Amino acid sequence: MSQPFAKLPAWADYGLLPLINLIVAFLVAGLVVLLVGESPIDAAVLMVKGAFGSGDGVGYTLYYATNFIFTGLCVAVAFHCGLFNIGGEGQAYIGGLGVSLVGLWLGNFLPWWLTFPLAILASALVGALWALIPAWLQAKRGSHVVITTIMFNFIAASIMVYLLVGVLKPAGSQAPETRVFAEGGQLPGLGWLLNLVGLSMRSAPLNVSFLLALVAAFLVWVLIWRTKLGYEIRTMGFSPKAARYAGISELRIIIITMMISGALAGMMALNPIMGAQHRMQLDFVAGAGFVGIAVALMGRSHPAGIVLAAILFGMLYQGGAEIAFDMPNISRDMIVIIQGLVILFAGALEHMFRPSLQRIFYRLGRAKNRTAAAAIAGGNQ
Amino acid sequence: MDPFTTVLQLFDSTIRLSAPLLLACLAGLYSERAGIFDIGLEGKMLAGAFAAGAVATWFGSAYLALLAAVLVSVALGLVHGFASITHRGNQIVSGVAINFIAAGTTVILGQAWFSQGGRTPSLPNAARFNPINLPGAEAMRGVPVVGPLYYELISGHSVLVYLAFLLVPFTWWVLYRTRFGLRLRAVGENPAAVDTAGISVPWLRYRAVICCGVLCGIAGAYLATAQGAGFVKDMTAGKGYIALAALIFAKWRPVQAMFACLLFGFLDAVGIRMQGHPVPLIGEVPVQFMQALPYILTVVLLAGFIGKAIPPKAGGVAYVKER
Repeated sequence: MSQPFAKLPAWADYGLLPLINLIVAFLVAGLVVLLVGESPIDAAVLMVKGAFGSGDGVGYTLYYATNFIFTGLCVAVAFHCGLFNIGGEGQAYIGGLGVSLVGLWLGNFLPWWLTFPLAILASALVGALWALIPAWLQAKRGSHVVITTIMFNFIAASIMVYLLVGVLKPAGSQAPETRVFAEGGQLPGLGWLLNLVGLSMRSAPLNVSFLLALVAAFLVWVLIWRTKLGYEIRTMGFSPKAARYAGISELRIIIITMMISGALAGMMALNPIMGAQHRMQLDFVAGAGFVGIAVALMGRSHPAGIVLAAILFGMLYQGGAEIAFDMPNISRDMIVIIQGLVILFAGALEHMFRPSLQRIFYRLGRAKNRTAAAAIAGGNQ
Repeated sequence: MDPFTTVLQLFDSTIRLSAPLLLACLAGLYSERAGIFDIGLEGKMLAGAFAAGAVATWFGSAYLALLAAVLVSVALGLVHGFASITHRGNQIVSGVAINFIAAGTTVILGQAWFSQGGRTPSLPNAARFNPINLPGAEAMRGVPVVGPLYYELISGHSVLVYLAFLLVPFTWWVLYRTRFGLRLRAVGENPAAVDTAGISVPWLRYRAVICCGVLCGIAGAYLATAQGAGFVKDMTAGKGYIALAALIFAKWRPVQAMFACLLFGFLDAVGIRMQGHPVPLIGEVPVQFMQALPYILTVVLLAGFIGKAIPPKAGGVAYVKER
């Protein structure tokens, strides 16, 4: 794209522009709230109060945020390679298989601090394998990874329904879910962390996988910006031609990136399964894989941005549930709209405000130069 | 029931189930042949279905409902166009956004306006597209073989089903026998060549996106006012993605699109019929397997094991006039 205007300073590019996009998305969402006859301002107040007003509110907000950090990182890693992994939902769903097998089997006789790392490995492995096939198809046979990952979401859902109403369901039970894991398959909560800041958490399911999510975010940062592999991934994303010319194997990078992406999505399953419900339920991912797309776009594919965006979406999820008590017309589906608007304005329309912003900065820059020039001229006299 | 009638009924439901797929698939065909990928078929169909359900409830007219569905779907299509043509945004991201906006808005507005948990009230027959008995269907019913075939299979569908199947030759004609079609295909393969010929690439692509919106709207209206009697939350249930799969399966060609949609509709019909009925030799086939089959088949096709699906060359790439 031609750039006739001044290049934006970094803070405007990474702070101001996303903020403007976000504000526009929320303004449009406010219009929908008006359309159903409620006050957007009251709704916003209720939402923030519900998300941060109590220890449990914060606990739930961070619990949801944990899911979104994993899925956001999953989408972001693929973005850096120029791939769009819509399959986070399916990879997380299938990843639940790994978590459940560890929880159901090893949870019986190992303590949680031994099952936890094993469950991390199992979920990451299963998620990575589920991403491997679309990756291989993209790299080797040229079939678009977007289409194949969408198809794999549906295939994963079918497999999981089949297993949950079949072999994984305990005999005599009607509900499509596994049995509750033994003690060793349950992750400890993080109540003590909230106690440190003077909040008390009673029923919120915030657990140690939140810390794992933060570690994963840090490791992704190290991977993308501090390792040779990360450099190769970014090169592939910027210019596949340049990467090929530099001798980077396209096949290898696409497969490794997609497997890392799938592994991150798979690890998301730890949080609801081992952390909160202590069993695997039907549709436990509940759209978190798709929220990851919005989170990654909003966080500009940077782990720090992703953590912030994930907390924002965690707030929307928790606050949205609270709003529904006072405003029955606004259910959690409101979040789906906001999610869509964020994806639209922060993703597809990200360039809409850029030219006008560049023009403003160009004018500002020129005005500053002129006053500086005038001051120098004045000093010479 | 004799096997002949069973088979006829199976084919009959195949036709009814594949009609919305076919409409959405042809919608995607116009858009993708012009170089605009459209993941948002699902969302446009869903929004169209909701608009149709709401308008049919208020005004009691199926044709007004159809009009509303088309308008809403075209509006969403224009949002997609605005993002991906005018602002050169990522077409897939934009399509995903439209799916979410439609999924959320239909439920929120449906709950606010009708208070029935996100669905619209059940429609009376007067506000729906009802089955049409073709002339002579009753009279011919007694004729062996041909009679039941005509009565069960061809007659007795709603006008939108006939429209869907008539749109197949029409689309073929538009695509391969008109100037517009030639340019549409060209802009999906090589927009620079179209631009050099003095034809506006954005305007051409906008027209393709509008065609796509119209057809998705009809598909949505079919779901809410012909197949069903009112809008139900998430009533498209992945049909938009199956249509996308069918489009790839058909390698972006209209007649093949019809066969792909009939195949996927047939799988659906068989899956519904086989529930609880074991198949000889194989035993009971899980419903989930039948549901996943269209997706599995598409992946296998994409892998290049059944021919090769090559998308329009300029698909997914925004056109930049000059650098």
